[in-house]
Amino acid sequence: MTLDMTAPLPTAGDTAGPVIDISEVRKVYKTGALEVEALRGITLRIEQGEYVAIMGPSGSGKSTLMHILGCLDVATTGTYLLAGEDVSGLTEAELAVIRNRRIGFVFQQFNLLPSLTAWRNVELPLCYAGVAKAERKQRALEVLARVGLGDRVEHKPTELSGGQQSRVALARALVNKPALILADEPTGALDSKSTADVLSVFADLHAAGHTIVLITHEEDVAEHAERTVRLHDGLISSDARRTGGVFA
Amino acid sequence: MSWMETLRTSFDAIRSHRLRSGLTMLGILIGIAAVILTVGLGEGAQQQVASAINSLGTNLLVVSPGSTTTGGVRGGQGSSSALTVSDATALSSKVAAPDIAAVAPTTSRSTALTAGSTNWTTSVVGTTPAWQSVRARTLSEGRFLTEQDLTSDAAVTVLAATTAQELFGGADPVGRTVAIGSTPFTVVGVLASAGNSAAQNEDDQAVVPISTAADRLFGGSTRTSVQSIYLEATSSDTLSAAYQEANQLLLNLHHVTDPAAADFTIASQQSLLSTATSVSKTLTILLGGVAALSLLVGGIGVMNIMLVSVTERIREIGLRKALGASPVVIRRQFLVEASVLGLAGGLLGAALGVIGALTLPQLISSTITISPTATAAAILTSIAIGLAFGVYPASRAARLAPIDALRSE
Repeated sequence: MTLDMTAPLPTAGDTAGPVIDISEVRKVYKTGALEVEALRGITLRIEQGEYVAIMGPSGSGKSTLMHILGCLDVATTGTYLLAGEDVSGLTEAELAVIRNRRIGFVFQQFNLLPSLTAWRNVELPLCYAGVAKAERKQRALEVLARVGLGDRVEHKPTELSGGQQSRVALARALVNKPALILADEPTGALDSKSTADVLSVFADLHAAGHTIVLITHEEDVAEHAERTVRLHDGLISSDARRTGGVFA
Repeated sequence: MSWMETLRTSFDAIRSHRLRSGLTMLGILIGIAAVILTVGLGEGAQQQVASAINSLGTNLLVVSPGSTTTGGVRGGQGSSSALTVSDATALSSKVAAPDIAAVAPTTSRSTALTAGSTNWTTSVVGTTPAWQSVRARTLSEGRFLTEQDLTSDAAVTVLAATTAQELFGGADPVGRTVAIGSTPFTVVGVLASAGNSAAQNEDDQAVVPISTAADRLFGGSTRTSVQSIYLEATSSDTLSAAYQEANQLLLNLHHVTDPAAADFTIASQQSLLSTATSVSKTLTILLGGVAALSLLVGGIGVMNIMLVSVTERIREIGLRKALGASPVVIRRQFLVEASVLGLAGGLLGAALGVIGALTLPQLISSTITISPTATAAAILTSIAIGLAFGVYPASRAARLAPIDALRSE
């Protein structure tokens, strides 16, 4: 499987700085009288083009961090600059725009809409971005071809294999040319063959210059990334960069 | 997301739950059809009554004996204070009552008519030649009664269309003899039909001179009394003046000083009409109210289904939000979906209502008027119901936090 290397690189905001720059981020959940501090002061920078795996046991705060990085939730305190833009104090409507323009999500269950065909699923972010109909279809078909599903565009998710579904989800994440690809346990629901398949797509995307953040609890999946950030009890316990690794 | 796109998404969502959407629409459908039918029935009944009353004549006043106010020991209708021929004569005076154009005293009784071997029992009406213009009737054959007939107690009669048909079949009755009771009368004319809208008995009666009726048919104590006096005002503008003149004159003639104790009643077409229509109006409001209630129940059904839909599609909502749908867009999508459900129910209901209005009159003997305004209003109402009952579910969907929505299994 190959990707078109001549495809234009995503624009990473107006400044050439890091894609992700969070400092002293804390997140407190209140459930009744009980306060749970899921994140206890996280500071992290991820540069453009990096391929980062975030790991940690359940309860370590990695899902919370993923939600904050994906602008699906806001930090209780601390700042978050996404592609140079401060998104800490934005409203839900403004966050929706940020998610739409800057972030491509790949969810654990892929979360494809079962009533829509592959290309209709892929064009969804473009619908919310207000792109015209003809251009939406053209771009959706282009991206589906890039992930190797050019001949499956009219299939519904139930008519596709697990690996194919994950590629549709990837195509949907890519279609809006996001600054950041955020994948939440993308291999969690896949067999080993499909897992290898998906990871090779990530490797190609990384090689093409995309910034990828992958949340996982599988060591062998994390090994494919060039940097691994480990969380423990709401704090970063280690941040290791692999030099001279597989992709270097 | 464009409106077209939102609409398409709504259709997809409705289509993917056909049975549920269909049942939801059914509530609105029945409500709208019921509203259209009851309003149509009510309007049809009112029009029927109105045209029946209008067919009595134009600028008409009807004087009847008896009083609507029952005071003390005074007798009711048909008591000694009956109207008489002399009352009618006094009312015809151009000096005392300049605004009354014509006066027709009538007296009637159900009597058997015989022509050859054919018998027919109908209402025999004794009146004056003025009756024809007062009641705005035309003749299809022959002539009406004349002053000559009146003064000479002539044994002549004018038959209404149905009566003539029953007695003589298709043959021309003019010049033939018909026995009223045991007295032979010559048929001099036939009244044209008063039309479909008129009361049935307008086309089934035999008109004779009032003098002949008193002397040769009814006799006895009824000789000088009349059952009612029809008055025609000179124009619709002078109707109330004519009413005042007639009232004053009759009060004087009957030596009544207190107008409230009058032993007669004068009714105008307008008062007859308002009495008759107020009854059917009340009925329409009552039935329409029940129909509106069923529409409300239909609306609650829409709300119920939309709430179920929001809960069921919580992951879809979360995903759409993650992909960039703002709360406004999500709210709009659910509002559009609810109004599409309402509109579809409304359109089907309107179709059912119109079909009902066209077929029901053939099964039951009443007119149903399809009012285009009421139909359009009903369809708009159905959209409004969808919108109104969609607001709460839609804002619940819009308020969902994307992570909570994505997390739920």
